[in-house]
Amino acid sequence: MGLTSTTTGVTQIITVHSDRIDAAMAIQFKEDMRRETDSGTDRVVLDLAGVEFIDSSGLGAIVASMKQLGDNRKLDLAGPQPVVEKVFRLTRMDTVFRLFATLDDALSATAD
Amino acid sequence: MNPISNKTCLELSFPATETEASAGIEQLSTGLSDQGLPVKKSDEVKIALAEAINNVVEHAYAGIAPAKVQVTCRLDRDRLDILISDTGNPLPGLHPPDGAPASVDTTLQDLPEGGFGWYLIHELTSDIRYERRKGCNRLSLRFDFAELS
Repeated sequence: MGLTSTTTGVTQIITVHSDRIDAAMAIQFKEDMRRETDSGTDRVVLDLAGVEFIDSSGLGAIVASMKQLGDNRKLDLAGPQPVVEKVFRLTRMDTVFRLFATLDDALSATAD
Repeated sequence: MNPISNKTCLELSFPATETEASAGIEQLSTGLSDQGLPVKKSDEVKIALAEAINNVVEHAYAGIAPAKVQVTCRLDRDRLDILISDTGNPLPGLHPPDGAPASVDTTLQDLPEGGFGWYLIHELTSDIRYERRKGCNRLSLRFDFAELS
């Protein structure tokens, strides 16, 4: 599936290197996210800029990834393309996650 | 400037596995855009198409050997009709679920990780029809885009 991770200060940035997060890769994505975030900062930003499509299974995997972080850590999303943003908006998951237009926007925002 | 003068047809058949479905959805979406599906509708069509095809893979062929998913798209000037057929198990009650959305007004650990598929299909289509005929499921999705032309 392909995730890479860097940490800047108090924020871990995880970049998705796949053009899709869909049913075919949802389980792998969830496992990879668990491995990447099993220890780390309280705030994780998932960079979705390269993701051109997501379905409800992919959405579920991102929700599961946030649950894995527990109540004291936070998952924010950066750079969603219009189709990705649409799936979040239609399901009202845009009220659950903070979506930032760009990674820079996410990094200049505070954790809360 | 409308490139569509007559109905255009696009057909694709693939084995009902997650990997094949993923590639098939991509191929259909690209093909529809190439044939003149309005850009403003392409994301919505792709989302609904993906959910409907994933339902076949995950539910119609659950517990039985997966056969094929057959998708036929007819694109007209002001609408798109997509027929998805398979030889899997029928929809429960022989009709498409209402697709009430899972609530997100809940605690973190209770957030839904699924149950959005039919809701998205209902939200994004103009009409949904289902029939079970001769051992086949036939799901028809219609997308009107008259308001765009």
